[in-house]
Amino acid sequence: MKKRKFSVPMAVIYTLLCFWALTTVYPIIWVVLNSFKAKNKILENSFALPMGELFTLANYRKAFTNLNIFGAYKNSIFISSMVCAIVILLAGLASFALVRYHFKLKNTLYMLVVAGMMFPAFATVIPVYTMEASWGIAGTKNWWLSMLSVILPQVAGNLSFAIIVLTGYIRSLPIELEEAAFMEGCGSIQIFFKVIVPLTKPSFATVAIFSFLWSYNDLFTQMFFLRRPDIMAITRLLNELTSNEGTDYGLMAAAVSLVVIPVLIVYIFMQKYIIKGMTAGAVKG
Amino acid sequence: MGANIYKNKKPLFLFLLPAFIFMIVFLYFPFFKNIVDSCMKIKQLGTSGEVWNEPWYSNYTKLLTDENVRTSLKNTLIMTIVTIFGQVGIALLLALMVDNIKRGAKVFRTLFFFPIVVSATALGLLFNLIFLYDTGMINQLLTMFGRQELIDWKSEKWALFTMMLPVMWQYVGFYFVIIVTGLNNISEELYEAAAIDGATRLKRIWYITVPLLHNVLCTCVVLAVTGSLKVFDLPWTMFPKGMPLKSTFLTGTYMYYQTMIVKDVDYGCALAVMIVILGVVLSRIVNAIFKEKDY
Repeated sequence: MKKRKFSVPMAVIYTLLCFWALTTVYPIIWVVLNSFKAKNKILENSFALPMGELFTLANYRKAFTNLNIFGAYKNSIFISSMVCAIVILLAGLASFALVRYHFKLKNTLYMLVVAGMMFPAFATVIPVYTMEASWGIAGTKNWWLSMLSVILPQVAGNLSFAIIVLTGYIRSLPIELEEAAFMEGCGSIQIFFKVIVPLTKPSFATVAIFSFLWSYNDLFTQMFFLRRPDIMAITRLLNELTSNEGTDYGLMAAAVSLVVIPVLIVYIFMQKYIIKGMTAGAVKG
Repeated sequence: MGANIYKNKKPLFLFLLPAFIFMIVFLYFPFFKNIVDSCMKIKQLGTSGEVWNEPWYSNYTKLLTDENVRTSLKNTLIMTIVTIFGQVGIALLLALMVDNIKRGAKVFRTLFFFPIVVSATALGLLFNLIFLYDTGMINQLLTMFGRQELIDWKSEKWALFTMMLPVMWQYVGFYFVIIVTGLNNISEELYEAAAIDGATRLKRIWYITVPLLHNVLCTCVVLAVTGSLKVFDLPWTMFPKGMPLKSTFLTGTYMYYQTMIVKDVDYGCALAVMIVILGVVLSRIVNAIFKEKDY
């Protein structure tokens, strides 16, 4: 047994690691603290704690009255949940078929899926907008249709990743359970919902987290499809804020805090799954 | 038996059609339509082009002479190099360090990964405050350490640095997690054997860790390169419209600028085609340099 003792290399390693951790955490703490200070106080000394005279809720009051934060949250959560749900359902069904059935075009279809990962959003967004405009979905006054116009391309953008992750997992499942279900008289649709879905839950969670966060954070698609204030989602609203109120630093700090804190809370409770979800596609290759 | 239960192929269409219709309608068709559109006259976003450009390749000749295209290509290449060495490099160093400590590895993982979860737009606003001229966090720090004049982080001289630092910083944790996973897959016995043979700690890293990590690092570099071409949110939030003096355009932000601000939609299509070609070329080069090896 080695005795635990203080060593210089270890101290250096811990210092460096802590330094990097400080850079990832401190900016967030800094902005949250400053969101409780008046604008000019931020500019004077941003490191002071917002206590006593420094403390004010004015920024938040302004954020709630001037900005439609709740509306943007509602839009964001609606869009991302729908994207997440549709991706899971469609990718699940397609992966099941691609793994378990044998048919001529199987490899071609799988190639199509893999190649689908390569298209950057830049290369498809203009024709997609044109197409949706001609269907009367994009650029309308209707809330439901506007939401739909973002959801559709985001679903398409996430399907490839989801199918690759899910096929990898379903392939590793033993087929005996499905055979047993078949002997009991289940059809393939029942097999999918009663055998495959419950067994594939961990992978579904991965896909769900990835597509939800990706959609929630994606600004580019929103810049094209959500241009009116009442339909803006949260990232779009923040972007608008920089161009309209670029000098109200207190309001900006409050808005950033309002967007980051919910994510932070979710992250603290689900970090294991989130980290796995965000890196799964990469590790699988 | 396995093939028997799935002999009836009728449900197959029901399973496959929805997903593939989505991919064909919203990925494949638009992708090719975009190439056609880049050769047509499009008056405004949302309308189809009806006549061809005169000559049809005029947008592409414009690409070659457009000075902003040159700026954006240059900046994007710099961004690629920054992501490869900055993100993957720092991530590798951090991962090697975490591999050597006994306590707290999980905590560091959680802390390092955190920025990835936050939307890049929010981070853009945050870094706007941090790099504020009069006076944000950095300039306040510099004053505290006795610097007399403030640095204008958004001036031409510093703009690229100010834009790329947050982008680099945000994704270090992502590659960190991938590399740590790779490190954990290397068996302890190899290190023990080398230690018995008298290899020093650094030698063990160089002769065992680095070769065995080769494929993981390959994946990281490919992801970093393709990722650097997709960067949009943070630069557009911090430096909209290529400010200052159109010097901070990346290929992605310039494509958006031409489409939505200048409203030259078909030229935007041509720029998108250029982004795709750039992506293919760059990933070919990376693959040629860092060939995956079997050990």
